[in-house]
Amino acid sequence: MSTLLEVSGVSVSFDGFKAINNLSFQIGKAEMRAVIGPNGAGKTTFMDIITGKTKPDEGRVIWGDRSISLLGMSEAKIAQQGVCRKFQKPTVFEDQSVCDNLMMALKRRRSVWDVLKYRPAADIARLEQLADEIGLLGEFNRQSGELSHGQKQWLEIGMLLAQDPKLLLVDEPAAGMTPSEREHTTNLLVEAAKTRAVVVVEHDMEFIRRLNCKVTVLHEGSVLAEGSLDHVTSNQEVIDVYLGR
Amino acid sequence: MGKSFIKNHPTLLIFLALLALFTLGVTIMSEAYGTAFISTSFVKTLGKTLCLCLVAIAMDVVWGYAGILSLGHFAFFGLGGYMVGMWLMYERTQEVVLRSLENQVIPPTETEISDAIATQIFGVVGSADFPLIWSFAHSLTLQLILVVAVPGLLALVFGWLAFRSRVTGVYLSILTQAMTLALALYLFQNDSGLRGNNGLSGLQNLPHVTAPQSEISMWFLWASAAALGLGYLFFTMMLTGKFGMVVKGIRDNEQRVRFLGYEVEHYKLFLFTVTAIVAAVAGALYYPQAGIINPAEIMPIASIYLAVWVAIGGRGRLYGAVIGAAFVSLLSTWFTGGQAPDIPLGFYTISWVDWWQVLLGISFVLVTLYAPKGIGGLFDLLKCKEVQK
Amino acid sequence: MKRLFFACLAVLAWATAGQAEGPLQDILQQHRALIEKPSRTSIGPAINDIASSGLPQAQSMLQAWEAKNLWQRDADGLFFIGKAAGAELTLTDVDTGEALAPVEKSAAEQLKPNAGVRKLISSALVQFQLSDPDETRRLQSLDSIARRPEADHLAPLQASIETEENGAIRARKERLVKLLSITFAETVGDRVAAIQGVSGDLNLEVRAALNPLLATTRKVTDQIPAGENVAKIMRLGKDLTEEQAYAVLVDAGFARPRVSPTALKDALAANITDGTVGGVPVANLTDLEARIRAYTALAEAGTVPPFVTDDEFREALRTHVIYDAYNEPNSDVTNAAKASLKAIDLNVSMNQAMDLGLDALSLASIYFLAAIGLAITFGVMGVINMAHGEFIMMGAYTGYVVQQFIPNHTLSLVVALPLAFIITFAAGVAMERLVIRKLYHRPLETLLATFGISIALQQLAKNIFGTQARPLTAPGWLDGAWVLNDVVSISFIRIAIFVLAVGFLCLFLFIMKKTRLGLETRAVTQNPRMASSMGINPDKVNMLTFGLGSGIAGIAGVAIGLFAKVTSELGNDYIVQSFMTVVVGGVGNIWGTLAGAAMIGTLQKGIEWLNPSNTLAAQTFMIIFIIIFIQFRPRGIVALKGRAAGD
Repeated sequence: MSTLLEVSGVSVSFDGFKAINNLSFQIGKAEMRAVIGPNGAGKTTFMDIITGKTKPDEGRVIWGDRSISLLGMSEAKIAQQGVCRKFQKPTVFEDQSVCDNLMMALKRRRSVWDVLKYRPAADIARLEQLADEIGLLGEFNRQSGELSHGQKQWLEIGMLLAQDPKLLLVDEPAAGMTPSEREHTTNLLVEAAKTRAVVVVEHDMEFIRRLNCKVTVLHEGSVLAEGSLDHVTSNQEVIDVYLGR
Repeated sequence: MGKSFIKNHPTLLIFLALLALFTLGVTIMSEAYGTAFISTSFVKTLGKTLCLCLVAIAMDVVWGYAGILSLGHFAFFGLGGYMVGMWLMYERTQEVVLRSLENQVIPPTETEISDAIATQIFGVVGSADFPLIWSFAHSLTLQLILVVAVPGLLALVFGWLAFRSRVTGVYLSILTQAMTLALALYLFQNDSGLRGNNGLSGLQNLPHVTAPQSEISMWFLWASAAALGLGYLFFTMMLTGKFGMVVKGIRDNEQRVRFLGYEVEHYKLFLFTVTAIVAAVAGALYYPQAGIINPAEIMPIASIYLAVWVAIGGRGRLYGAVIGAAFVSLLSTWFTGGQAPDIPLGFYTISWVDWWQVLLGISFVLVTLYAPKGIGGLFDLLKCKEVQK
Repeated sequence: MKRLFFACLAVLAWATAGQAEGPLQDILQQHRALIEKPSRTSIGPAINDIASSGLPQAQSMLQAWEAKNLWQRDADGLFFIGKAAGAELTLTDVDTGEALAPVEKSAAEQLKPNAGVRKLISSALVQFQLSDPDETRRLQSLDSIARRPEADHLAPLQASIETEENGAIRARKERLVKLLSITFAETVGDRVAAIQGVSGDLNLEVRAALNPLLATTRKVTDQIPAGENVAKIMRLGKDLTEEQAYAVLVDAGFARPRVSPTALKDALAANITDGTVGGVPVANLTDLEARIRAYTALAEAGTVPPFVTDDEFREALRTHVIYDAYNEPNSDVTNAAKASLKAIDLNVSMNQAMDLGLDALSLASIYFLAAIGLAITFGVMGVINMAHGEFIMMGAYTGYVVQQFIPNHTLSLVVALPLAFIITFAAGVAMERLVIRKLYHRPLETLLATFGISIALQQLAKNIFGTQARPLTAPGWLDGAWVLNDVVSISFIRIAIFVLAVGFLCLFLFIMKKTRLGLETRAVTQNPRMASSMGINPDKVNMLTFGLGSGIAGIAGVAIGLFAKVTSELGNDYIVQSFMTVVVGGVGNIWGTLAGAAMIGTLQKGIEWLNPSNTLAAQTFMIIFIIIFIQFRPRGIVALKGRAAGD
């Protein structure tokens, strides 16, 4: 299995506080990975580094077959490479319609000129199909601000699909969901992981158990343990970290 | 742009029709081409107002759509005016100088003419040489290119610096305000090459044109109306479709747009520069009608007033900017021109010349607090009522 | 023998008669012939005898003489101080000062010494003034010597030092002796010693005494004469362009002037025949080449002088030397003066740097004062207050109004400072409650709404106080300056503002670190929801914080009003700089504001120093610098890092 993303020896500190400390991590092209850890373990900062929001003090982040370094790239460039991030809180553009939101996310050229020249006619069918997949076809032309919380979550997932990413970073996808929505989400993520890499950050052990994937435990900014869920939950250190708090 | 485009944008059609109607009406009532119902000076006021509407549209695009509260667009407006003013002043002075040298025994050489023009223009700041920046002043074409190039380049460089370092929100506003102040202070100097605080004057006289001011004022009104119409059309076309979506997305959640893979900085820079150029074009049409331009015109306060117009008119919609600019600037002219009747209160007489600014300031606060959508928001209310019926 | 006898008798008679008249009259009579017909060359001994007689009455007599008030009675040849009124003349005895009965004017003859003699008298008078019992008279005479130093002053000045009792005046005299010796000492050695003695002295008088020694005159010659004290020989193309050098030659009459474009044109205009000049039609004279052709034709015909040819031009330059020569012939003196001045210049520039530092410091304190209120509202609350400048203006006007009621400036200041705080505090609280509270989390709208308040307040001030600048007069003890030497000085107002700025820094730190309000403010800043769940009322904290920031702006306004003009636009002048100070310093940190103010103040003064004639340019460059600075430190000098900085 070839490696899609390789993070090695990355450290970052804020005002002397080491948020990430010599962290190494890698993931394959079609793989599901859960990242867990107590509060302040550096999960969000880890995602920030991959997506280019935070620049690490040292270390390397290598991407794809051609082994490009993601460090020094802008967030937009990294996203164009196929790294896609879903935030904890659903963030859709509330002033714009479902169709507009999907159209913006759809994988097309992103430069100013290309966007100015863009004509939507050819893509309408694809957008409707996407809206159908996430069950929002009926709301296609509604303002997304008028949607319910759950619908916004789905719209955001639709936007992720529209981007057709190679790596999906998902921050606490199950937060605030009903059990049936959770199951739906699980299925969707498992389905996605068949063709692309998915990293899920989650607190909910039950949810992770259902994903049935390799787990990485972060603690104080570095990897504490890695392996199957059963493997890591039987690790004494992990138990200390979780229960000791 | 097909039929559907216009059908999707009824406001565009209504706006263009109203603008044409307005222009026709003014023409019919003008001194030069009609019944002389309205004076030439009022025609000029109307023409200037059209230019202000155009710069207000540009401001609306950059602020109402992209969320960049620029306090520098009136500086670009002024720069446009300066660029066209240089040609007007040069050419006009050349005419005068040539006429005065006509009767000399020995016909003048090129250098003598050029020296005489320079003395005429820069004598007031104690200089008799042409500064380097006047190298192109003899050519209308080059100077018109500069109308676009100088403000465009300034906006490009400034925007690149500001956006690159991710300065946003109020910081960006303060930074643009600082840029405007720096520019104005620079122009205030006598050795800035643009006549210091005297500014450029006599711009209402078109060189080589013998037509009376009443006709010239109409030509400029037509040109301003055409520019406003084109600007409106241009921005409507630009902002509908995906580009508009991305721009609004940047306004609402910049970071999210970035994670979608759009280079937010490029979009901002593009919009900032394009709107700066439109502002400059508006300025280039405005100042020949105003007749004089000086650095006081582009102090930061002017740019803030621009924001006030857009806010009162209703931002995020182009016609809102037009309504705001026209309404507030005409009202200002009326109140500060001394035409508004004073209100005697017995113990104190409210004279509008003094109190208009206070009223404007307070109403501005009220609009911000209670009607963030401005006057344009009233149209939404009307629409809602129609739907309810 | 008989004649000798009579002569003796006469002398005896004169002597006895003289004895009776008084000691000064005796001296006068002794030099009677000289005094009657004085000349500059011969009168010296007479004046010397009078001056060195040690008689106190000699001074008034000399003054009278100098003022042409000395009369000689025809009857006996005695001298009197006279005062003519119409045809009458009142004579006063030179020794006793007793006035005699008025006589006919014709009974005496007025002595009218010429200018040369009067000058000698006046320098003889100097020594009297220099040892006058009245101290102010002594100082006056010293001042007048310093203003118009002359060689004759040196000796009496030196002589008067010994008897001088007042230490300060004595020092001043010694100093003046030094200065006079630079120019007037008898030997070159003394002069050089005097010049070396003042090396590095910052006093303006010293530079005024040294600079004339190095004055030069530009001279043209074909051979530099021996004994000329040459300052510099002009090199062509380096010190002077060929054109300039030639112009010097022309001025000195060593070369023929070249034909200037104007002269050329005039010559052509004067020689038009049948619409042509020198065969060139007038209409073709629109370029220089044609004009030269026409002129050459005229020159060949002998109507006008020919052009100066290039050869002539070069030859003239080659055969002449242009040089600057010192007016002072002695090169030892000029060399010593040069060395001394160099040392002085070095010292002066060091002191100027210090002066600049003080200026920058005081400007920084002003910016700090203006910005500190903003730093609180903007930094702590994230609220941008465009009306901040108007709060400063309100403070200044408060000071002005208080002065209208309390004429005592010190007392009015004592009242105005807290009153300004109270008024602007109230205004700030009102603004926070009515406007800003409704706009939290909409920073751009806050900016606009506060701007609306700003224009309303500005116009309101204009309506109430008019557009004219109102004076806010500083109390007398703040007038004047602390003068270190002739280069470094700083006005007391600026010192007071510096003290005020330091005071506010301490006050701010105290409030933030040691009081309940500070604790609550910090809590609300860091996490408003958490703070409110701990029982802190964030609304109240925000209101008080905003009031505090506004109140400090009011006090800053009083301080600024003391040295700036109080107009309705006062706030405008400080608002952008204040914002810059906060932004450059880094938001949310008082030390950042301090650093920002220091940087902007130093920068502005530094740029002004580089380009002193143009404060507008200084501001322009400063703003450009700040825009570039923000590129490298977008969060300011003192930046909060990491998550606390937020997004």
